[in-house]
Amino acid sequence: MESVIERIEKGHFWKFHGGIHPPEMKFLTKDKPIRPLAMPPELTIPVQQHIGEAGKLIVKAGDVVKKGQALTQSLMPLSVPVHAPTSGTIRAIENAIIAHPSGLSELCIKLTPDGEDKSIARHITPDYTSLSKHDIIEKIAQSGIAGMGGAGFPTHIKVNTHAQINYLIINAAECEPYITADDLLIREHSTTIADGINILDHLLEPAFILIGIEDNKPEAIKALQKATANNDKVKICILPTKYPTGGEKQLIMALTGKEVPSGVLPSKLGIVMQNIATCFAIAEAVIHDIPLTKRVVTVSGRALEKPQNVWALLGTPVEFLLQQCGYPEQQRKHIIMGGPMMGFSLPNTQVPVVKITNCVLAPSEQEIPNDKHEVECIRCGQCADVCPSQLLPQELQWSAKANDQQQLETLNLFDCIECGACAYVCPSHIPLVHYYRVAKAEIRQQKQLDIKAEKAKKRFEARKARLEREKLAREEKHRKAAEARKARMNSGTEQANKEKSAVAAALARVKAKKAQTSNTENVENKELASDQQDKKSQVAAAIARAKAKKQAAVQESSPAQTESQPPTPENNQGDENKKAQIAQAIAKAKAKKQAATSQDTEVENHEELNEAVKVAPVDDKKARIAAAVEKAKAKKQVAPEKPSELDTDKTEETAATNSPADDKKARIAAAVAKAKAKKLKEKNPQSAPTTVDASTNEEQEKEVAITPPLEASEEKSAQALDKKARIAAAVAKAKAKKQQAESK
Amino acid sequence: MTILIAIIVIGLIGVLFGALLGFASIKFKVEGDPLAEQIDALLPQTQCGQCGYPGCKPYAEAVANGEAINKCAPGGDETIKKIADLMGVEVQPLDENHEADNTPKVAFIIEEDCIGCTKCIQACPVDAIIGATKQMHTIIIDECTGCDLCVAPCPVDCIEMRPLKQTPKNWQWDLDSIPVTQVD
Amino acid sequence: MAYWIASSPHNHIQGSTPALMRLVIYATIPGILAQWYFFGWGNLIHIGLALTTALVAEFTVLSLREKKVAEQLFDGSAMLTAVLIGISLPALAPWWISVLGALFAIVIVKQLYGGIGHNPFNPAMAAYVMLLISFPVQMTSWQPPLALMSIPLDFSNTLSVIFTQFTFDGYSLEQLRTHVDGYTMATPLDTVKTNITLGLTISESMNNPVIGEYVGEGWQWLNAAFLLGGLFLITQKAISYVTPLSFLASLFICSLIAFLVSPDSNASTLFHWFNGATMLGAFFILTDPVSGATSVKGRIVVAALAGFLVFIIRKFGGYPDAVAFSVLLCNMAAPLIDQYTRPRTYGHS
Repeated sequence: MESVIERIEKGHFWKFHGGIHPPEMKFLTKDKPIRPLAMPPELTIPVQQHIGEAGKLIVKAGDVVKKGQALTQSLMPLSVPVHAPTSGTIRAIENAIIAHPSGLSELCIKLTPDGEDKSIARHITPDYTSLSKHDIIEKIAQSGIAGMGGAGFPTHIKVNTHAQINYLIINAAECEPYITADDLLIREHSTTIADGINILDHLLEPAFILIGIEDNKPEAIKALQKATANNDKVKICILPTKYPTGGEKQLIMALTGKEVPSGVLPSKLGIVMQNIATCFAIAEAVIHDIPLTKRVVTVSGRALEKPQNVWALLGTPVEFLLQQCGYPEQQRKHIIMGGPMMGFSLPNTQVPVVKITNCVLAPSEQEIPNDKHEVECIRCGQCADVCPSQLLPQELQWSAKANDQQQLETLNLFDCIECGACAYVCPSHIPLVHYYRVAKAEIRQQKQLDIKAEKAKKRFEARKARLEREKLAREEKHRKAAEARKARMNSGTEQANKEKSAVAAALARVKAKKAQTSNTENVENKELASDQQDKKSQVAAAIARAKAKKQAAVQESSPAQTESQPPTPENNQGDENKKAQIAQAIAKAKAKKQAATSQDTEVENHEELNEAVKVAPVDDKKARIAAAVEKAKAKKQVAPEKPSELDTDKTEETAATNSPADDKKARIAAAVAKAKAKKLKEKNPQSAPTTVDASTNEEQEKEVAITPPLEASEEKSAQALDKKARIAAAVAKAKAKKQQAESK
Repeated sequence: MTILIAIIVIGLIGVLFGALLGFASIKFKVEGDPLAEQIDALLPQTQCGQCGYPGCKPYAEAVANGEAINKCAPGGDETIKKIADLMGVEVQPLDENHEADNTPKVAFIIEEDCIGCTKCIQACPVDAIIGATKQMHTIIIDECTGCDLCVAPCPVDCIEMRPLKQTPKNWQWDLDSIPVTQVD
Repeated sequence: MAYWIASSPHNHIQGSTPALMRLVIYATIPGILAQWYFFGWGNLIHIGLALTTALVAEFTVLSLREKKVAEQLFDGSAMLTAVLIGISLPALAPWWISVLGALFAIVIVKQLYGGIGHNPFNPAMAAYVMLLISFPVQMTSWQPPLALMSIPLDFSNTLSVIFTQFTFDGYSLEQLRTHVDGYTMATPLDTVKTNITLGLTISESMNNPVIGEYVGEGWQWLNAAFLLGGLFLITQKAISYVTPLSFLASLFICSLIAFLVSPDSNASTLFHWFNGATMLGAFFILTDPVSGATSVKGRIVVAALAGFLVFIIRKFGGYPDAVAFSVLLCNMAAPLIDQYTRPRTYGHS
């Protein structure tokens, strides 16, 4: 380790493989001070501006916010908030084109500045050493700082490492052509940067702090040397200008001679790297309590009249920056966000400046021509010579074109840092990096698909196993229940008799269910042929439902009666359930009978209904009373019966939602719904939808009306019967018969 | 006598090589992945049943037993190519009865139309639909394999297959698809 | 008018493949001039013939393949191939030799394999070898340097020989090749090889007039001219220095060892370096990126192998010169060598 420092002190550095020397073009902007911009008319602040998860929105459209106020909240570790860069009103929160090569839209906060630039209260901490490390990291996280060199990795994660750090490397290389943002920032704010470096020193306690800077920034080097003179740990390493010195792995190689193994974070080697602009942001956040809401952006290119570095508020549309720097209409050809080597083309000028935007480039046509004359690769190998990752770009290119993902991975495609050196030197003008990006995206997607397929397979198998298990469990339960019942019935006690009645009821239910199923099947299979049956079954089901409702209503409307009932509300409910079930069973049985026996036409059916309607008003009151009486009776019957039976019913009732497959109620409901939907569908083409609705409503009303008299008659027959509740089955039968008679 | 020696020598050599082979077959035994397993690994596991088999595994088994390799519509030409490579047979175009369109899709329930019939839940091979009787159902997009088996059983036709939304995360660097604003 | 959308990097060096090809063609000029000076108009006429044929063939095939003819016809690759064929043929070979060679190189070796960038063999050398095997007489009837010829050979006479096999005065090629002393002259490599089989020592062979003052009358200067052109290419960064260096070093080491072992039956290193197509091969043929290896290490290996093969074939083979054969053999080996000379990627062990 000593030798590394000795070498650095002598100014000897390591060399990384490859690299190129594109025209620097930094002279366009490097001698002009950073210019503060006027307030743009609107700011578009993307909710996510960093790698990781987007924060949660904590403002809404119409809110008035102050400068520095958080707009999102970070809930996950890999998430940082965004802040209002100025005071104003949130006009909208909507999708807008974000600063991404895809030109896709994402959620953005549109802020209309009020021009007052009122800030929230700040707590200035001149002495950061008074804060605990945890507090400092928390401040960094809450200030929304993400790596400002281009990757946008949340900074608080990077500085919150528990590894022993040997080297803290400050990246001030700025190797991309045109960009001078860091250069100017160092020259103008070297003391704040030095504060930031000291804070990082305090947090990470590295053995050495190496500032990597290219030798084409002599003034910045001087400023840094002056500002960091009081910290012995700091070594300013002046590196020869070569692209891409500023790449993380390349800079580590150049300064320490260490290679970061593939897929390993530098912190494993005891190295942490921070961008110099991030240091500035850290100092601002920790000492001055200013969140990251503005940054230096190089606005450059020969198409501009006044290329210059500017202080841009995050969210400022590129259009505004370009206007401020003089962008004549006839020159508008191509806009690049980022440098010419790694930046991306913008589809329009409304794209906002974000945390990672270090440059907006508007080149003239001569500067960066739009040539897409890709010719065949002649395997000249210049790409391999300049590749800083020592890949074989041409072989990668062939494999990418052949979509040979396996070969691409053998050739270490994912070690490509997309620096663009290969495509820069390619004499055949092959957009190599583009091929790699496409291939990488495809491989990533393929991996996702593989994972998904694996998961789907597991879920499929789990489902199969579950269905099998449920089937077995059901069979087992039925078998056991049957055995138990048989044993009890044979015992001949009071209890057994009750059981018997329960069995009878259940039998009726099963029968009804069967009828219903067959009916549904019919409906499904021969929709047209069974139109009539459909209708009837639907009517029957509706009747059942209406009856159940009515009962509920009656019970509620006559509290006196309810109060007079000794049983607890629980029992009431159980009774209610049972009652409803019985009613439904009845209805189903009826429906089946109807369907099976009557050959009535639809017209007749309607007539029958109409008749019922006539009877209805007369009998209404009577029917209500009868229903109430019947209920009371049923309750009495049920009351002595111990809850076991009821409970099962109830659980079944509630379980319906959970296990729909075997639940009878659900089936009924489904069948009803389906039948209804089908009917509607069939009716639709024939008559206008409004009339359909009307007729259905009418029908339902009739159904409701028809119920009470039926019930009343049930009542009589029920009263005539024994105390023990065989009623259900009998009632079903009786009613079905009656129905039959009526319809005849 | 010489004949006897010859027989003995040849016999011994035979025994020796036999023993060698026997030893080698035990020592270097390869626990081979059965063919069906390997094919199953290549299939997209949508469990859609478009191949005519109830799931990917049964189809893989059928292919191993000689079924045509071109019946997996969701996998498309890529999967056919891979299976052909594995089986050492010619690549065939996708079976004509199947749709060639294999852009990734997921099912979507138009929630206001859903009547809560649970039919789709029963149809879903991977339990990617949640809901209960008479409750609105919804699809777990991350679990949906896009098999479209739930579309047919829906009595109110409220399920449709929608292409997956493109986000910056799954963007495939298709520069030509970028909507460019016209200037002038 | 809309904003351009392009993938990074947006800037680009100004160089292009056609420019590179043109540069290589220009670099052959010193060699061609030397050839003209020492051997007359023959090769220039063949270059012209090969160029015409190559362009016509390229045009036809590109049209048939529905490629962008305008762009690809003048990308320089076909012209470079034609120039190399013209240079490497015996100066007084009949006209159809260069026509056939150019046709073979462009249509079969280059375009049938997929056009520029896809040919596994160097087209010029493949054509040369095809001609050498198919027409051994025509391809080995080397003309002696003009200085040694008994019958003067001007442009019209050369043209006449190439097209009719006879000069205007009725001399045949055989008569042209005959020395004043009455024996047929061959190339220095040929002479040495024949003499060794005849039992003569190298120093005895060196007295042959075709050897001349140093290692080969005319040939030494020809090679020096190609060396000059090659060095120019290196300074222009059109080719990398590793291939010629490795090739020449390999040839140097092989010949030096042989020379030290048995000076009487082995020619000196200088003789090997400055005879035959050594320099042409080192700077213009082996550096053909398409058919060579891609990684730096691979190139070193391929070139070293070529140097070794050149020596082996010159020493033990049936043909006096060996550059074409060894280049083809190395072309075959290149993909395998590439496979085993992949550089270690950053961050991988």
